[in-house]
Amino acid sequence: MIDMISCEQIAPKTSPWSATDYKSKLKPIWCPGCGDFSVLMAVTKAMEALQLAPKDLAVVSGIGCSSRIPAYTSCYGFHGVHGRSLPVAAGLKAARPDLTVLCTGGDGDGFSIGGNHFMHACRRNLDITYVVMDNQVYGMTKGQASPTTAPDWDNPLTPGGTGISPFFPLVIALAAGANFLARGFSGDPEGTAHIIKQAIEYPGFSFVHVLSPCVTYRPEQKEWRNMVRPSPVEATTDSARAARRLMTDDGFNIGVLFRGDRQPFNLHHGASKAASSYDFGAQFEI
Amino acid sequence: MTLQEPTNSKSISIVVAGSGGAGAMTTGNTLFDSAAKLGWHGSLTRTLGPQIRGGEAAALLRLTSEPNTGPDDYYQVMLAIDWKNVERFAPEIPLRPDSLIICDSGAGDVPEVIAQSGAKIVQFPIAKAAKKVKKGRPNMVALGILAHLTNIPEVLISETLGQKLGAKGDQVLQTSLATVAIGRELAADMKVLASIETEPLKKGDHWIISGNQAAGLGALNGGIRFVAAYPITPATEVLEWLAPALPEVGGVLVQAEDELSSINMIIGSSYGGVPALTATSGPGLALMIESLGLAVAAEVPLVVVNVMRGGPSTGIPTKSEQSDLNIAVYGLHGDAPHLVLAPLSVEDCLFCLQWSVYLAEAMQVPAIVLSDQMMGQARAVISRPTPHDMVAKREVAHDPGDNYQRYAVTESGISPMSIPGIDGGQYTADGLEHSPSGLPSSQTEHHAEQMDKRLRKLTRFDYADHWADISGDGQLAIITWGSTTSAAQEAVARLQQNGVHAKLIALRLITPAQPGKMAAALIGIDKIMVIEQSHSAQLFGFLKAHYEFSASIKTFHRPGPLVIRPGEIVNQIQEWS
Ligand SMILES: Cc1ncc(C[n+]2csc(CCOP(=O)(O)OP(=O)(O)O)c2C)c(N)n1
Ligand code: SF4
Ligand SMILES: [Mg+2]
Repeated sequence: MIDMISCEQIAPKTSPWSATDYKSKLKPIWCPGCGDFSVLMAVTKAMEALQLAPKDLAVVSGIGCSSRIPAYTSCYGFHGVHGRSLPVAAGLKAARPDLTVLCTGGDGDGFSIGGNHFMHACRRNLDITYVVMDNQVYGMTKGQASPTTAPDWDNPLTPGGTGISPFFPLVIALAAGANFLARGFSGDPEGTAHIIKQAIEYPGFSFVHVLSPCVTYRPEQKEWRNMVRPSPVEATTDSARAARRLMTDDGFNIGVLFRGDRQPFNLHHGASKAASSYDFGAQFEI
Repeated sequence: MTLQEPTNSKSISIVVAGSGGAGAMTTGNTLFDSAAKLGWHGSLTRTLGPQIRGGEAAALLRLTSEPNTGPDDYYQVMLAIDWKNVERFAPEIPLRPDSLIICDSGAGDVPEVIAQSGAKIVQFPIAKAAKKVKKGRPNMVALGILAHLTNIPEVLISETLGQKLGAKGDQVLQTSLATVAIGRELAADMKVLASIETEPLKKGDHWIISGNQAAGLGALNGGIRFVAAYPITPATEVLEWLAPALPEVGGVLVQAEDELSSINMIIGSSYGGVPALTATSGPGLALMIESLGLAVAAEVPLVVVNVMRGGPSTGIPTKSEQSDLNIAVYGLHGDAPHLVLAPLSVEDCLFCLQWSVYLAEAMQVPAIVLSDQMMGQARAVISRPTPHDMVAKREVAHDPGDNYQRYAVTESGISPMSIPGIDGGQYTADGLEHSPSGLPSSQTEHHAEQMDKRLRKLTRFDYADHWADISGDGQLAIITWGSTTSAAQEAVARLQQNGVHAKLIALRLITPAQPGKMAAALIGIDKIMVIEQSHSAQLFGFLKAHYEFSASIKTFHRPGPLVIRPGEIVNQIQEWS
């Protein structure tokens, strides 16, 4: 592993961690009823299920309502700039493979401004779990269309709607090479926790697409509660079959949808050495 | 008064030019490496046409008896293997009536832009002579001619070619050497133009290294163990040198999907406690700017090497200009104190990068290091560098206690940083303004106190005398930076020989400005000339904004790609005296 600035190694905690141990004291800024509360709960429950020490967990995000999550956990957090959470998570994981790295954010953050990183994170297949809280809107900037918003959704910035077809994140993730795909619903924190737990355990890049209503700018999303259903079929390992299912489903099938068999990106760190112990000068000698 | 060149040192500048595939670069590199084995110092740069591969190219060499990696005023010798498109380089290849143009008698007329220099023209049947050897190539004939003019013995040419050809085998080497010998014969009647007598070199006394390689090595010596980057001319060699070197010391390099990603990847690594760097050029730096602000706010140390090329926009990717000073200093939004540094030469890339890593880590701040194409891609002979023991030493909160405050307001401005894995040190690094504990805050006091702290850690730090290289003395001072420094050094030496005394201040630390040290350096100075390769005189503007000068101050500047030559500086100063 990399020559990192040395960390204290502390004996593991003897009593088990509870979900609340993973929560910080900071009060979320979210609107009452926002789906993201339940996603936070699902994340902490998944951590409880995994019994990972908060000191070895890092939660990375970009900018948006949903991206506020890191500081609401008691883990190491990183709240970066809009759209760049996945590169931060990738650099952290590549340099510190010993850490469990969870990347979180919204549909605007991950699929619009950060869309290129999303594809390449799937492709790179580092062992990271990416949880996107999709509310089909830019919540933080007060209600504009995102890449997953329906074309006719009226809003002040694009009156009458964008007129552009939405983007299907799970399909794109599959095509780009993600190793684990699932859909969750914030209204079911237990189920979502179970999905996130499996995603973290699965090697390689896991993408969990969570439907998480914005009650303020998309109050109609409260109806999602009545629209979601458990996926009628087991997760497939066959990417062609997964593609067909993802292209044809209505976006409300909940559960693990695909498990791939790609090897996670493995960087070859040499043995850690001080530069003084290696003579790089010889190659320049005349 | 006409100025004499310094008499105690020898120097010869040679251009080898030719069209794509003519092998001008091979000729130049072989001559240069062989000369270095003999004890010559100097440097080799190249200039290229716009083609990706195989366009016209010219190797620009200068051999000097004393260490000197800068350009001379003109080229004493131009050897053209052919003339196809070579005139495109004419402005970059100043010739004089006492220069010598050597060309192929079968290659047609010397182009007017070159002939008008009045240089003496000597023609040899270069291509025809090469045919005397089976598979012989004209560029090896050219090498023979130049080896004769510089008095470089055959054994050294043979040794260099042997090293270069390596696996290609003995047959090719014999062919090449036979062709080189023909070149020597052709030139046998010509007077030797430069020769050097030195003690035989001990292996390892001298290195040949490029600025980009030196930057990579300096970074590694400083403790960099993670690199993420996106390729860009003329910075790629920094990365290509680091890619195989990093795993040797337990590090790793990741190719990112773009510069938005590479800067954020290194932020992630550094947040994780692993010192990190990226290298880029203007367009990439522009993309990284928002996230550099994040690194300032979240106090994540990192180093960005920006190898400057002609701008704006795509500009002139393969040629040098000192025009990214403004973006490096002022590009970040908000008040975002950070380090901007600049190596002064090929050799200084080594020290400057090591120092930059050290500073960035010590102050938990991003450092932008402005190298340039001229030094980055030059291959230079340097004396074996003395190792420096400066390595990344971040103040880590090993024992965070019960109430750890990541952004504690300290006197030095530096707050101990917790690293993932340290129990009890959990915090959220944030680009949002924050309280000392790291919680988001929009309160006036928190903003003021954190801004003060982020500035204080830079202004209170002791940069010792590394902030600038200062030499010479007199009533006139030259202030310059980057690869313009070597020309200024030579100008000062020439002036000195003619009784004009000048002081040279070459800035290695651009921000934070060092007004106290500058004032001390300028005691007794009544004239200051600021010299740089920028159309809008960016350094001049920066100096006037951040320093107070009581002396009268003047600028000498022009855009790239034409390099600023020592004689021009001498003339500027003489006109002003
Ligand atoms: C470079 C940049 N552009 C724009 C913004 C403004 N901005 C902040 S959050 C956001 C969209 C967030 O949408 P999403 O990721 O879906 O998060 P949500 O608030 O819906 O959870 C935008 C456009 C910004 N912070 N940075
Ligand atoms: S605006 Fe929407 S997404 Fe943001 S906190 Fe409120 S409900 Fe949640
Ligand atoms: Mg959203």
